Parts: sequence; structure tokens; C-alpha cells
Amino acid sequence: MLTVAGLGRRELAARLRGPGLRLQTGPFVTCVQSPLAPLAESLAAMYADYPVLEEGSLADFHVRLSGSNGLRRLLRPQVHFHYDGMAPFQPLPLNQAFPMFEWAMNWCVSSQANSWLVIHAAVIEKGGVAAILPAPPGSGKSTLCAALVNRGWRLLSDELTLVRLDDGRVDPLPRPVSLKNASIGIMRGYAPDAAFTRPVADTVKGTVAHMRASSESVARAWQAAAPAWIVFPKWEAGAPAELTSVPQARAHMRLAENAFNYSLLGKAGFHAVARLVDAVDTFDFRYSVLDEAIAVFEQLLLERA
Amino acid sequence: MTTAPPLLLKVLCEPAAMAQLDERDWDLLLRQTLASNLAATLGLLAEEAGVLAALPARVQRRLGWARTVWERHLQAVDFELRQIAVALRETGVPLILLKGGAYAAAGLPAGAGRLFSDIDLLVPKERLADVESMLLLHGWAGTHHDAYDQRYYREWMHELPPMQHMRRASVIDVHHAILPETAAARPDPARLRAAARPIPGGDGFYTLAPCDMVLHSAVHLFSEGEYHHGLRDLFDLHRLLNGFGAEPGFWAALPARARELELARPLFYALRYCTRLLGTPVPAGVLEAARGGAPNPALLALMDALFLRALQPPHPSCADAFDGAARAALYIRGNWLRMPPLMLSRHLLHKAFLSPKAEPAQ
Repeated sequence: MLTVAGLGRRELAARLRGPGLRLQTGPFVTCVQSPLAPLAESLAAMYADYPVLEEGSLADFHVRLSGSNGLRRLLRPQVHFHYDGMAPFQPLPLNQAFPMFEWAMNWCVSSQANSWLVIHAAVIEKGGVAAILPAPPGSGKSTLCAALVNRGWRLLSDELTLVRLDDGRVDPLPRPVSLKNASIGIMRGYAPDAAFTRPVADTVKGTVAHMRASSESVARAWQAAAPAWIVFPKWEAGAPAELTSVPQARAHMRLAENAFNYSLLGKAGFHAVARLVDAVDTFDFRYSVLDEAIAVFEQLLLERA
Repeated sequence: MTTAPPLLLKVLCEPAAMAQLDERDWDLLLRQTLASNLAATLGLLAEEAGVLAALPARVQRRLGWARTVWERHLQAVDFELRQIAVALRETGVPLILLKGGAYAAAGLPAGAGRLFSDIDLLVPKERLADVESMLLLHGWAGTHHDAYDQRYYREWMHELPPMQHMRRASVIDVHHAILPETAAARPDPARLRAAARPIPGGDGFYTLAPCDMVLHSAVHLFSEGEYHHGLRDLFDLHRLLNGFGAEPGFWAALPARARELELARPLFYALRYCTRLLGTPVPAGVLEAARGGAPNPALLALMDALFLRALQPPHPSCADAFDGAARAALYIRGNWLRMPPLMLSRHLLHKAFLSPKAEPAQ
């Protein structure tokens, strides 16, 4: 199977500049075009293990990231995102090209992939069962997810949980884990062997860096997992790691709020959430120390076995 | 103009041809289809032609995503129509739905897969005030509050300023005619209303009569200034003509009705571009009768150059070097048809320099 690393730098750049790189991430193929050399570099670093499809194969999404024209190039260069000729977002400063690529990739899925219930949540797996971590930005979801996947859990996604509508299993969509502000330094210390992008300051989300998904999680992207827990995480300075049970009805409402297409799916969305809540244990989770948090997840796994 | 017609036009003419496409074709076809806002329609056409289940799994999946959006849209439209019926019941005004809302409520083939943002109603001009105040009472609020826009709509246009529901954000356009008061042609709305037909089981809603539905769709498309939905609207016409063509008397009545309503020109364009681009089966006698609405040969050559570009899928793979110019020319033409030149120049000046910037130009 051809991968981004297997293409080599020169061919990668040529495809990005020319017909497009057909990049497989989980169940999706995205055709990416971009003349931006720094973006090619980030893609080579963050997506080395991902499958590449040949030109002429079907892509679900066609995206292009380009630089500014004319005077803009010299003064305050920007990166523009195009979705097959349309421009759904405002341009960003050029040094935010890779974060913009990641956000755009999320948007492609969350705005269209209606054969899943798409939840704004991290999801990780161990022993065939998955924990879903839905949470608003700033709750420490990505940090917790990054810590867990560096301590033996498999990354399914740090941002988009894809719940199948037919059997309720979760399809993996492993991609780089997005870290913000203080989390970046914490995670570098916590996972010194992991690969990170250079932090980009002053984005709408503050300073942002991405951590590469492990080769194993990418290689197993076709292995779905059965959800076992939904854990709503909340980082709180000094808090001991503690789970509190959440009643089913409330968990349903909170999942619905965190799903991109709950209302759009109508009855199917309701049933998907109801089945999910029925199949799992649901908790609120406060933590401050990552090792303590991981111990709690290991305990959940033990209790289940 | 590219030499081979775009793939999308080919499969709209002949949906069963979808079964023969390879993955490379599909990659292009899906892009043209999404850009044209026809993805849900394409899936329904494949199903109708009996080829959907034979398409590649990833194609079925992609078409399914769009279908989900359409099904949810239909559900929302159904809900919205019931709310409107409740709000306006007391007025006793017959509620005639136009365009997308009519196709959806009457379950016409033209509604299959079609998304639209506003619900369009046609009511008698003398009842506008009643309808407006009942809608206000039931939570719809007026938009376009600046004095110039109010005058633009209320004196010159054929509709109230769009009304938006305060909680659901749904939009109703209440019309009293199908063309602006300031346009050269003025199809008599009383004739349209007199011929309207109740929708069976439709909560007291009506549609225009079949000929009038076609003519309204045609006049709308061919006096439009913005052609981003051009192909989709042309396909509406194709589906309406195919559907009504089976009704006895429809074809014979269509050209005469067009003349009666001063809409012979748009009918001519509709039949010309439907047959040329979508292969719509129109009886030869009807084409002949509609020729009376044709412009002079020089103008027709120009309109061909413009419309044959603007009615292509709005996707880079279907655009030639003149695509942008054609669309710009049609934009100017759309405004030109709306009002006399002096009034138009005043309107454009006002929109450019005097209107508050927050309000999008109409």
C-alpha cells in the first residue's frame, strides 16, 4: 500500500501542486491541492503513515489551500481554503496553513458525513472497547486524549467521533491531535518520543500545535470499536481524579448538544444517541493530574473485564 | 464552451447512464453535482432509474449524505407550512404556494431532492396588509427596515420585504404578483389566482395551474440576475414539463397561456434550453408555436452565448474563458429587466453609496 512517506518528498510536492494528493483518513478520501511548501512539509511529518490513493480514484472531499496573490503576498500573506471552488472560510495568516488544513478536514466531515452520528468528542480504544470524551473546547479533552494514547490506548479520533447508524459501533478517524496553549508544553514533557508540529501562535484558539497519531492507530484505522463509556471530562486545578455517574436522560441531551448532525438525522439521530447511551456507562470526570486520570481509565477497563 | 457536454448534463438527460460510469467519472460527476446543488436529486434519479444499488458503495454513501439533508428539509418544510396555515387561516385568503414550496407540498417530481431557503406565497394585493399583520402576530418579523428598502419592496417590487420567523429563522416571501411592478411585462395575477388548484390533502394550500407553474418557473429563471442555481432551476422546468406533459391538453394550452400572460419570451427560452441541454421531449408543434416568443436572431445569438454558459454546472470543470463575463452580463440584464433604466441607475447608486452597509444589497 502506498503511503505519504512512500511517495517521497518530491512526488508529494508534485501531487499537491498538480492533480492533488488523494489522502485516506479513516473512512474518507480527501483530494488535497496546495502550492504551499510549508504545508507539504507538515503533511509529510504528520501524515507519513497514511494511505495514498492513485489519481482517478474517487475522493469524498476536494480541498485546496493557496497563498495570497499580488501585493498581499509581500505584505501580510494569507492562506485561503477552497472547497472545490467555494470559499467557506475567511483566509488566515499564512503561518496558520497547517492548523487551517486540520480545521478544514474536520469541517468536511462534520458538515457532510451523515451516514454517521458525528459527535464533537475524542474517542480512544483499548481491549476492543472505546471511551468517548465529549466536551466543549477548553475542558481538557484533547490533552486527556493525548495522554491516554501515549499510555497504551489507541487513538480513534481527538475531535470527531463517528457512530455508525446501523450498529452503533465507532469508526476510527485517527488524525493529528490538536493541542492548545499550556497543553503543548505539558504533552511534550509527558510524551517526549511523540512528534509535534512547531507551535503556531495567535490563532483564534490561541497557540496551537499538533501531535502525530501513532503508526499503530493509523494502521488499525479500519478496526471499529464498541463504545463502552462516555466520559465528560473537565480539568480543574487541584481536583482529585473523580468519576460521577450521569443519568441516562441527561447524558442523551448532552450528547445531542455535542453532535453536529443530531437534529439533521431526525429519528435516526435520536435512536443512535438512545442506543449509545443505553450501551455505555456515562460519567462526569474531574481531574487535574494526568497519571491519576489514566489510572481511572485503567480501572474502568479492569472493572469491565 | 467545452466541446463535450458536462457529465452532469449527460446523466440528467439519461439517468440510467450512471450505471456505466467508472470511478474517475464519478469523482468529476459528484463535484459538478454538489456545486449545482443537485446531489440529493441525483440519488433520487438513480433510484428511479433502478441503478442506485449497482453504483459503487462510496458513491451511494455520498448521495445518501445529501439525501439525509433533503429528507430533513422536507420535514422542516412540512412543519413550516402547517405553522403558516395556522397563522393565516383567519384571513380566509387562499394560500398559493410558488416554486420549491409548491413542488414539495404537492409532491411533484420537480421537488425530488430540491432544497430551498424561502417559502413563497402568492396572495391578492389588496389582502397583503392582512396577511402581513397576521404573520407578524404569529412571530414572523419584517426584514430590510431601512426606509429606502421599504420603498423598494412596497412600491416597486412584487412582494413584501422577506419576513423571518423570530425563533425558527424560517423565511416567507409574500408576493402579490410574479414580476415586479416596475418590469415591462405584467402577467395579471388575478388570472393566475383564478386558475390555481387546491393541493389534495394540503391544509388549504394551492399551487398554480400546471401551465402557470411552468411559466412562473420560466420567467423566474430567465429574468434572474444570479445563475448559481441556473442548472437546478432549468432541471425544475424539465421535471415540470415531463410530469405535466402526460396530462391531456397541457401541451396544447401552454403556448396560448404564455401569450395571454405576456410570458411568450420566457417560455421560448425555457423550451429552447430544456431541449438543448436536457433533451426534454417537447412536441414539435409546441416548439413551433413557442417560436412566436423568440427574440430577433442577433439577440438570440447573444442570449445563447450567455445562457448556454450560465446554465452549465457552476463548477470549474464546466467553465470556459467567457463564463465569468456571461454571468456578469446576465447579472446586469437581470436588474435591467426589473426596472426602467433611469430607475435602475438611481437604485444602483443608492445601494452603492447611501444604503447602510450591514444590509446585503438586494
